[in-house]
Amino acid sequence: MKKTQYMIAEFENPAELLKAAEKIRDAGYKKFDCHSPFPIHGMDDAMGMKRSPLGWIVGLVAVVAVTAGVVLQWWTSSVAYPIVIAGKPFFSYQAYGPVAFAIMVLTSAFVSLFGMLALNKLPQFYHRLFDSDRFGKVTDDGFLISVEADDPQFDVKKTEDLLKQVGGKNVEIIG
Amino acid sequence: MSVASNQLVEQETPLISGDQTFASVTEKISSIAEAKTPKMWYVAIGISASIMFFFLFLIGYLVWEGIGIWGLNIPVGWGWAIVNFVFWVGIGHAGTLISAILFLFRQKWRTSINRFAEAMTLFAVICALIFPGIHVGRIWMAYYMFPLPNQMSMWPNFRSPLLWDVFAVGTYFTVSLLFWYTGLIPDLASMRDRAKTKIRRYVLGFFSLGWRGGNRQWQHYELAYLLLAGLSTPLVLSVHSVVSTDFATSVIPGWHTTIFPPYFVAGAIFSGFAMVNTLAIIARKIYGLEDFITIKHLEKMNIIMLVTGSMVGYAYSCEFFIAWYSGNEYETFTFLNRAFGPYAWAYWTMVSCNVIVPQLFWFKKVRTSVPIMFVMALLVNVGMWFERFVIVVSSLSRDFLPANWDYYSPTWVDVGMFIGSFGLFFTLFLIFLRFVPMIAMAEVKAVLPQADPHFYHGNGHLDTAANTVAVKEGGKA
Repeated sequence: MKKTQYMIAEFENPAELLKAAEKIRDAGYKKFDCHSPFPIHGMDDAMGMKRSPLGWIVGLVAVVAVTAGVVLQWWTSSVAYPIVIAGKPFFSYQAYGPVAFAIMVLTSAFVSLFGMLALNKLPQFYHRLFDSDRFGKVTDDGFLISVEADDPQFDVKKTEDLLKQVGGKNVEIIG
Repeated sequence: MSVASNQLVEQETPLISGDQTFASVTEKISSIAEAKTPKMWYVAIGISASIMFFFLFLIGYLVWEGIGIWGLNIPVGWGWAIVNFVFWVGIGHAGTLISAILFLFRQKWRTSINRFAEAMTLFAVICALIFPGIHVGRIWMAYYMFPLPNQMSMWPNFRSPLLWDVFAVGTYFTVSLLFWYTGLIPDLASMRDRAKTKIRRYVLGFFSLGWRGGNRQWQHYELAYLLLAGLSTPLVLSVHSVVSTDFATSVIPGWHTTIFPPYFVAGAIFSGFAMVNTLAIIARKIYGLEDFITIKHLEKMNIIMLVTGSMVGYAYSCEFFIAWYSGNEYETFTFLNRAFGPYAWAYWTMVSCNVIVPQLFWFKKVRTSVPIMFVMALLVNVGMWFERFVIVVSSLSRDFLPANWDYYSPTWVDVGMFIGSFGLFFTLFLIFLRFVPMIAMAEVKAVLPQADPHFYHGNGHLDTAANTVAVKEGGKA
């Protein structure tokens, strides 16, 4: 498997990272990422990213799950084993709310977490970026930009210059 | 004008004190879980684990012997076990309120307390689930509660509130666990990147799933967090509402009331905040977290207790009014019996602890004094246990026909199991404090002033000046 090279640069604080991201976006880069210890407000726009599709996925699953919850209760008490309880109709839909609701919330919560992981391609225990000693700082107080060598705009010299020009320090190539 | 004044208020009272930097937050919180285990921790877990093992022994004894070892009999077929169930589920609600509802309302102060409040929720719900689980008697038949195909082709009765409870509380636990773990991922990655030993690196690396903190990950992560908060928010209201229907859908006087769902939810949040406060006061003292869990945080929780305590007090008086106003002989008798009958001691304990005690929080001195609020939170915990006791036992012990009446007393097993559940709760909580970052580091960093990119406009100081100008202008306008 071909290993992707990365170029990383360090930044001072969230504001510098945000400004640098805007400039790299404007320079036409697509395959780059801004790493920070916490999500930074406005970064999605600065990087030119689209909205996450997770909301639509979970919303769709919620509709399916709540329907499945009602169908389960209808089928078990009206078709599979109809039995009169307390003189109520077989399909006593008024009583089916809490269980259908619980099934919807439970399923949607699973899809929220595991859908997020899938979109992020996690778990991924090894990544090229972990080879850099500097990279560990991003979960503490570091602000880094990583640019993939696969990006059509990538050029060792030009990208390095750009990263330095937008305020990047300790520019480094990994891999 | 109002926006400008809010900014001024925020500047006057920083959420996190002690001039923290991003690095100091990581260092302070991670080092608690990384340092050598304190001797006191061994002492504490020694005590709590012994009580937990006693609990496990009693559960074994119950499975062997049957629920006759409890003080249950007719007419009181639900005793301490159900009281304990409702008590523990209720406690969990504060954690979910903090993690979900306060998140949706953008209450940034929640970041200091959400991690351990959610942990408290998980452990409280574990304690809660044990009681109805063993109450079924033949616990090897417990799978009947789930819609599983079986050799008799029988299905659960979906019209029964007891079954709703299985789904509501089971969902509650699972969703809380997923939400809690989602919040933990970036923090475990922080600890992974600090790990000195190989084992630590591997274990933390495994649980942090290879988190890289890139904005392309944060984007999905933040939306997942928001969705989980949105999904948990109705649970805060629905779980205890469903628990209350266990009682409200029956025909027993004192149970058959429509006020139960909101009344139970208010009580649950009330008792939960009392427990969060108790735990927060202990943890901040032992681990020196006064900069993170400031007196402001505690005060805000006390105000929530004042609000929910007043709602509970209102529900008590409303119940009495309706008992009289309904003209229903049995209902009226049940309430007079609660206040003046054989369980009057329990009723007045409940009223003193839940209605009178929290009213002291109107005084600023009281709600900002740590020793006083600690005692008050403990009293609220006691009071809320008695509330459930009053509801469950006093209603059952004297129903329609005087010939059926009886006085219920618990046995030593009932008492032992209740104390034992605290052993389980504190054992789990101590393990959590020891190995897991107890404050959400990434979230605390995100609410520090320097996390906002606007903080840095013009050398990082101009922005403060600009706010002051805005306030002045707002004042003129």
